[in-house]
Amino acid sequence: MSALVATSAPEVRSSQGFRFAMLLPGALVTFLLILFALGLVLFLAFRNNDGSLLGAGFTVANFVTVVSDPLYWTVTLRSLIIAALVTLATVVTAYPVAYYLAFHAGRRRGLLLFLVTLPFWTSYLLRVFAWKIVLAYNGVLNSALIESGIWSEPTLAFLNTPAAVVITLAHAYAPFAILPIYVALDTIPKSLIEAASDLGARPFTSFRRVVLPNSMPGVLAAALVVFVPTVGDYVTPALVGGPASTMIGTLIQAQFGKANDWPFGAALSVAVMLVILAVVLVARFADRRFGSRT
Amino acid sequence: MSTARAQGGGRWLGVYVVAYLVFLYLPVLLIPLFSFNNSIQAAFPLQGFTLQWYATLFGNSALTGALLNSLVIGAIAATGATLCGITVSYMDLYGRSPLAATISAIARLPILIPGVIVGISLLILINLIGLGPSRIAIVLGHILVALPTTVVIMRSRFAAIPKTIREAALDLGASDWTTFRRVMLPLSLPAIISAFMLAFLISFDEFIVVFFLAGTEPTLPLYIWSQLRFPKSLPTVMALGTSILAVSFIIAAAAEILRHRGLSATAPKPADPSQPKQTKRGELQWHST
Repeated sequence: MSALVATSAPEVRSSQGFRFAMLLPGALVTFLLILFALGLVLFLAFRNNDGSLLGAGFTVANFVTVVSDPLYWTVTLRSLIIAALVTLATVVTAYPVAYYLAFHAGRRRGLLLFLVTLPFWTSYLLRVFAWKIVLAYNGVLNSALIESGIWSEPTLAFLNTPAAVVITLAHAYAPFAILPIYVALDTIPKSLIEAASDLGARPFTSFRRVVLPNSMPGVLAAALVVFVPTVGDYVTPALVGGPASTMIGTLIQAQFGKANDWPFGAALSVAVMLVILAVVLVARFADRRFGSRT
Repeated sequence: MSTARAQGGGRWLGVYVVAYLVFLYLPVLLIPLFSFNNSIQAAFPLQGFTLQWYATLFGNSALTGALLNSLVIGAIAATGATLCGITVSYMDLYGRSPLAATISAIARLPILIPGVIVGISLLILINLIGLGPSRIAIVLGHILVALPTTVVIMRSRFAAIPKTIREAALDLGASDWTTFRRVMLPLSLPAIISAFMLAFLISFDEFIVVFFLAGTEPTLPLYIWSQLRFPKSLPTVMALGTSILAVSFIIAAAAEILRHRGLSATAPKPADPSQPKQTKRGELQWHST
């Protein structure tokens, strides 16, 4: 920092050149590929579909359809319920693992952290595909149940149900939830927990009154990173969900594919982003209430 | 007594963690299991060991093309994402400008956008600039998808380098560029390699965004997707999937090891601000590990 005190003109120029070169790649990617591209979606959402790339005229008809057609309410509601169930299942099952990692793992912590994050880096498509072979009519689960004599004949009841979507997504996104919760638990000062037990709190009381509230920022972060990708997913409904579990991502994908109505697909996307924005704001508000330390 | 009870609770929690890991890995490990099974169906009882499904992988020109495509796209996208991750996080930490902080915040934004929307927004963009669905479009999409990861890794790495090392270099008259190239980059090399490998993996496995951006030349996940429609190709998909899982596990493990090795090289031995020579020592420390 003190090097900046006495600088001659060429040095200032080279320093500015350095700053420019260092800011350029990030600026290009963030402003062009993220902000401008999202701006295009917003723009397109207010256009008529005339078959051209950017549509024609200005209209709010796309949004009127999204809001007034019960089909989109049904699908949006279903997407929200599925995403909420997946988020709940993922966070609730991940919490004890994160707790163990933070307070009980000892020397095994590094290895366990590695094991829970490893599936994160494997193919999402393959993780979903694995469930297809588990749940299929002539698949793993059916054949295992028959082989062990629990059932006499295979059932269609597993595949192509919303429940299959929830299980598959909860499994596919399980590794996302552990890390944020673990980080939140790990940064709770040990003195807080000791103080609680010194003051006579039983282990469960100190968990409920000290550990849990302090870990809420991590729980909320975990909920967000699971909720956002699941609410817009279209791969899992297509592979294991069947027609009864069409999600909003499926509809968006169809508008840019078979249905070929890009402006309407853009309007659906804007609606999804608004829903996510609302969820983020609620999470932020909850975060404040729990007195986030971040 | 309370510690005994806490340990008992810990033991039950340990059992739960093991069960959780089994749930996490079991469905995925079924793919390798049935890839060696001598039956076209993935069902029990197992029908005996075979390598024939792996044999079908060779000499398949569509598969080879998709694999090459994925490797090239992965390498280029990972290079781009790592470059952006390095510059964005460095300027965020040391640039002291609102613009740099804004870029860094936006760069981590894709976490809060569902993949389908990233895909369609880029689809509109690439058609607008006349590129159309193509390999370049996929590279752009994958840079975007991998960006939050590379930024987070590089940011935590740069933040872990003691501030005094950079200040010492600047005090000794090194320009911003020299400090960055000769001091900060070598010190963060393990994290750079780790970020590159993980960005490569993200691109290599990515399906949701690439679905919208691919032209006539599919990547490996798109090839798998196209094969899922045919029940007959199920065993081939499982053999291919097993190979991909194996490669992913190895790369992810190597990346993880590198990241931690890099951290332990400087972090536990914070530099003494009174000794400007620390810069050199910091470099040597990393090389010697």
